[in-house]
Amino acid sequence: MWEYTDKVNDHFRNPRNVGEVENPDGDGLAGSLACGDALRLTFKLGDDKHISEAKFQTFGCASAIASSSALTVMLIGKTVEEAEQVTNKDIIDYLGDLPKQKVHCSVMGREALEAAIYNYRTGKTLNRELDGKVVCECFGVTDKALEGFVRDQKLTTAEGVTNACKAGGGCGKCIPEIEEIINRVIGEEKAKAEEKPKPTQLQKIKLIEETIDREIRPILRRDGGDLELYDVDGDMVYVKFLGACVSCPVSSVTIKDVVETQLREAVSDDLVVEAV
Amino acid sequence: MNKPVYVDNNATTAVAPEVIESMLPFFTEHWGNPSSMHTFGGGVKKHIDVAREQVAELIGAEHPNEIIFTSCGSESDNMAIRGAVDAAGGHPHVITTRVEHAAVLGPCHYLEDKGFRLSTLDVDEKGNLDLNQIRQLAMSGKKTVASIMWANNETGVLFPVPEIGNIIKEGDGVFHTDAVQVAGKLPVSVKDLPVDLLSISGHKLHAPKGVGALYVRRGTKVTPHIMGGHQERGRRAGTENVPYIVGLGKACELAMQHIEQNAEHERKLRDRLEEGILSTCKGAHVNGDRENRLPNTTNISFEYVEGEAILLMLDDVGICASTGSACASGSLEPSHVLRAMDVSRTMLHGSIRFSLGRYNTDGDIDCVLEQMPRVIARLREMSPFAKD
Repeated sequence: MWEYTDKVNDHFRNPRNVGEVENPDGDGLAGSLACGDALRLTFKLGDDKHISEAKFQTFGCASAIASSSALTVMLIGKTVEEAEQVTNKDIIDYLGDLPKQKVHCSVMGREALEAAIYNYRTGKTLNRELDGKVVCECFGVTDKALEGFVRDQKLTTAEGVTNACKAGGGCGKCIPEIEEIINRVIGEEKAKAEEKPKPTQLQKIKLIEETIDREIRPILRRDGGDLELYDVDGDMVYVKFLGACVSCPVSSVTIKDVVETQLREAVSDDLVVEAV
Repeated sequence: MNKPVYVDNNATTAVAPEVIESMLPFFTEHWGNPSSMHTFGGGVKKHIDVAREQVAELIGAEHPNEIIFTSCGSESDNMAIRGAVDAAGGHPHVITTRVEHAAVLGPCHYLEDKGFRLSTLDVDEKGNLDLNQIRQLAMSGKKTVASIMWANNETGVLFPVPEIGNIIKEGDGVFHTDAVQVAGKLPVSVKDLPVDLLSISGHKLHAPKGVGALYVRRGTKVTPHIMGGHQERGRRAGTENVPYIVGLGKACELAMQHIEQNAEHERKLRDRLEEGILSTCKGAHVNGDRENRLPNTTNISFEYVEGEAILLMLDDVGICASTGSACASGSLEPSHVLRAMDVSRTMLHGSIRFSLGRYNTDGDIDCVLEQMPRVIARLREMSPFAKD
């Protein structure tokens, strides 16, 4: 027996927005009969470009029905751009929680939403299954889809992947392949984090000048002040105050709170700014 | 909450009041150890002997000492399979079917991992076996240990145990049958059957959970899996679970008294339930061979709806049944029995098992027949695939 939250029970027993929107603006399907659950989501935009109607049809267990119902409630009133930001995690949070073996129900909600938005934008049906090579034959999950799950949900174990999208939960034959994908994605993410390229000194100086012009000068000029770049030595940045800044009693604060903060954000965390 | 409508008797059964009554003195007065030399303890032993006779009588064993008490049906299955393979020596060929209970598949797969050859027989779409396939395996010239169930717990489909046993014995193999779902439901007479080992479980026949038995035909060798005591004539060590053994004996006696009437009672209710559901619920199909199954069981798939959702909606109105749906099990895999039968994908996830017992009434069936069409209609309304 599953431990469902009151909210899951409520949305299962009293599902909101069951059915099919007439002449929908977006129409998306996720899952399939073979997988044991499927969700069709349709929505319609009002004159103000906000979702005025969203309905679902779901074949699936209690938590699939509850996730679908919750999704429609969350979507109504949002613009498509706002709707696009709704994640499976948001669905779980809305419902209080889902048993970990049922997380895939919320993922199905997110997938149906993606399919419906794709349909709204292109007028076409999103064909997920053709994208990549099928790894999990029991549930028809491709390597591309798996990479997406691992990356987006920061999954580190095959069990986590199974909970998210069922892959590996059938015959289990593909678990070694799923583990390979997990290791590959983790490796790629790590490499990406490390390889944030170091700018050359020239690039650094250019970027500092651009940032001063675009971000910093306008702030100082509001108070009648100004500055110019005097020199850059490694990570040391020397600036010269002009105008009202020269005699300003808080210019040392300005250096740290405005100039250094802005430059660190735009150029490099290692910069230290001093006035000459 | 009102008393639930319990139609899940293949999962477990209510303990019969007579059984509880028979057990109580063995907690309060006669709590001695049957192995003791003193009268207070040793006197308890005769009650175990009575229970052994009662169990032997229910399954038609020639000698009471062919009955070994165990803690459950799963233990009986494990003991039979691993014990028979161990006692056979060498590397016997293990034969089983795809639709067995996990308590049989578990030890069979364990043996396979240990290097034994395992053959797992397929079933057809009605859940029946191909006897020719068994013959080929049994006659291969190699020693075989076969474990093939009598009645399937999910569909109720009966395997032809006498024919299967004859084939296995012709090949000089050892034959175990898991009769957990048959004992107490249909008459059994092992002395007239080519069966060496047969498992039964207490809580499937109105005894409590925590007691079972294994029939071991005289002359059949089984290596014990619990060692270190003389109990059960050295075949299963450990101080006897006296109250539960007494309860199992009483439950067997009760089952024996009314076995034909109970089977008829359950069959009538089951047929009315099944006919009613098929005629009022859209997309309903019976899984398994309707001509050849237990009288108390029906397994029905509902197209385009999912089993866990059906089950929870039934639960809301006090009806207790079970499902072969993946979502209810936590395994993500739909029932291995229905998959072995190649049940269509549209129906694989929407199966419900109703299993009746001696305490079910016409009122229970009325209640299920009233609720079931509503639940199915409601879920079909929500389903993207059902077009009514």
